[in-house]
Amino acid sequence: MSGAAAERPSRLARLFEEGVLPPLVALAIALVVGDVLILIFGQSPGAVYALLLEGTWGNAYGFGQVLYKATSLAFTGLAFALSARAGLFNVGAESQLAVGGFAAAVLGLALPAGTPGLLAVPLCIAAAAVGGGAAGAIPGVLRARFGASEVIVTIMLNFVLLALLNYVVASHLHVPETLHTPEINAGAVPRLADLTAAFRGSAANLILLLALAVAGALWWYLFRTRRGYELRAVGLQPEAAEYGGVDVGAVWVRAMVLSGAVAGLGGLNYVLGYKHYYEEGFAAGSGFLGIAVALVGRNHPVGILLAALLFATLSQGGLAVNALVPKQMVEVLQAVVIFAVATAVPEVRRVLRSAVRATVRPAATPAPAATPASTTPSSTAGRA
Amino acid sequence: MIVLAFLAQTLRIVIPYLLAAAGGVMSERVGIVALTLEGMMLSGAFSAALGSYYAGSPWLGLALGALGGLVIGLLLALATVRYKADQVVAGIALNLLVVGVTRFFLRYAFDSSSNSPRVPGFGGEGAGGTGVGATLLASLANPLVWIGLAVLPAVAWLLYRTPFGLRARAVGEKPEAARSLGVPVARVRVLGVALGGALAGLGGAYLALDQHQFTDGMTAGRGFIALAAVIFGRWDPARVALACVLFAAAETFQIQLQGAQLIPSQFVEMIPYVLTIVALAGVVGRAAPPAALGKTE
Repeated sequence: MSGAAAERPSRLARLFEEGVLPPLVALAIALVVGDVLILIFGQSPGAVYALLLEGTWGNAYGFGQVLYKATSLAFTGLAFALSARAGLFNVGAESQLAVGGFAAAVLGLALPAGTPGLLAVPLCIAAAAVGGGAAGAIPGVLRARFGASEVIVTIMLNFVLLALLNYVVASHLHVPETLHTPEINAGAVPRLADLTAAFRGSAANLILLLALAVAGALWWYLFRTRRGYELRAVGLQPEAAEYGGVDVGAVWVRAMVLSGAVAGLGGLNYVLGYKHYYEEGFAAGSGFLGIAVALVGRNHPVGILLAALLFATLSQGGLAVNALVPKQMVEVLQAVVIFAVATAVPEVRRVLRSAVRATVRPAATPAPAATPASTTPSSTAGRA
Repeated sequence: MIVLAFLAQTLRIVIPYLLAAAGGVMSERVGIVALTLEGMMLSGAFSAALGSYYAGSPWLGLALGALGGLVIGLLLALATVRYKADQVVAGIALNLLVVGVTRFFLRYAFDSSSNSPRVPGFGGEGAGGTGVGATLLASLANPLVWIGLAVLPAVAWLLYRTPFGLRARAVGEKPEAARSLGVPVARVRVLGVALGGALAGLGGAYLALDQHQFTDGMTAGRGFIALAAVIFGRWDPARVALACVLFAAAETFQIQLQGAQLIPSQFVEMIPYVLTIVALAGVVGRAAPPAALGKTE
């Protein structure tokens, strides 16, 4: 949202179209689907939604769980957005997050007990970023060097990396009778419950602050640095960027490495903040939901933080309503939100635009062509 | 005897791959990325279990299985062809949707969060010997096995020997050129994806009817292995069939040697995915996808 040169009304209109409309339309569609599912189960939608809110934002424990889940989703959402801004789809956050968490756990195990947190935590953070970044480098290089589809490579790599981690943990590192490593010696970060008793029992922890910092850093990188500008230029028009002197292949590799690194940091939420060990399958699902978060958040760091809260609320809310309707209802709703943002929102926008053109200002300046919404950065037009 | 056991087990494993991969070929050759094979299979498996359970007949299960996959294919076509949504995003959303919907209705229909009750399958209850011969006989009595064996040759015939196939390939390679010759691009794409969905749905139906129940997430990544076979087989039905057989044989090898611990099972699991990445990187000959694959019209 850095349209310095853009005039005020059009900027507001763009904010509405890009930032407010998609989640509203998607939520409206999801609510209708949710009503149908709830009615099928013979319950009252009002009661179920009230329970959903009560179990998430209505008490400190529920809210703590929302914050915990939102933290993981913020990392995977930011990771996907970073790749999408470069015109690539990193569908590998699922495994990159696991690799990052694993790297942090291994380092935390290797450090001697009693290593001061001021040393151990940054080292573990670095390990997670390096681990995730290395996993992201593979599809980046294969795309830049050989033109291999990064979508397919990241999907296939998910299976390869998770199987590899499974092998290493199961045959070398696990605590007998479990699928997790021993607890780390150093690097654990405090939970919110350690600071405020109200959060007792919830998994929310200070990795939350790291997520906020990464969101801020990503905004700075994308919209205030030359490399970020190059990255967005490549995402919009690779050929034009190349003609303008940008090394497109290098930007692709850089974007995938950074994207993998951000996803890798997501593993810290569980490993440093919650359980203090790496466990098989701890990340299941947050990688793919990150795509949803980035989509609803319009690939913008602020939007992604809000969207992460929304999806985390749905996930936690499912547990809260499970007594009335199956918690799987929220999985359906989450998928409906993605599907609606990808499908219905561009259509609604087209309809709105033609309606505005037809009625309000017949001779208005031509609206920009409606583009597929998913990867269109919202803030390029006004940039000097 | 060992060889026969190996063949019998490979046959059981390869059938859903062949069916789903045939669906993947149809979908990708008309230009729609087949990331949703997994969801189509899962939907097919659940629908087949429902049909077989309530009608007491595996034949209705088979039909509903195809329908369950077809519906997902139509949704994908609606999103990507009609509303021009991004194919990758819509495909992933549909996979998540099917996981949620099947879990929700598993609770609704069978009040379980893990599996359906036992449903009738093909081959009858009486044939239930445990030896290799019994397994093989049960497979041969299963119509889905024969459909699976015939499906990729049929797709090859459809693509290379019929007017529809010519149009489908044109739409997948050069949609603008196809349109200028009067080919209804959107309709051909919808047909290709819908047929692909039905085939993948049959693959899921095979799983549910073969195991006589639906279990949560029972496709367990098979849709992605089928996608790997499509890519590793370079979008050509004959090569794709070979890739399916190769992947199934590797899996059988691992199951048969489970006691021996020669290679950790995780490394055998990786084979299809690693081969696909290697193929995409062009180490042994370049795998070039249909030119218009993934592009929104």
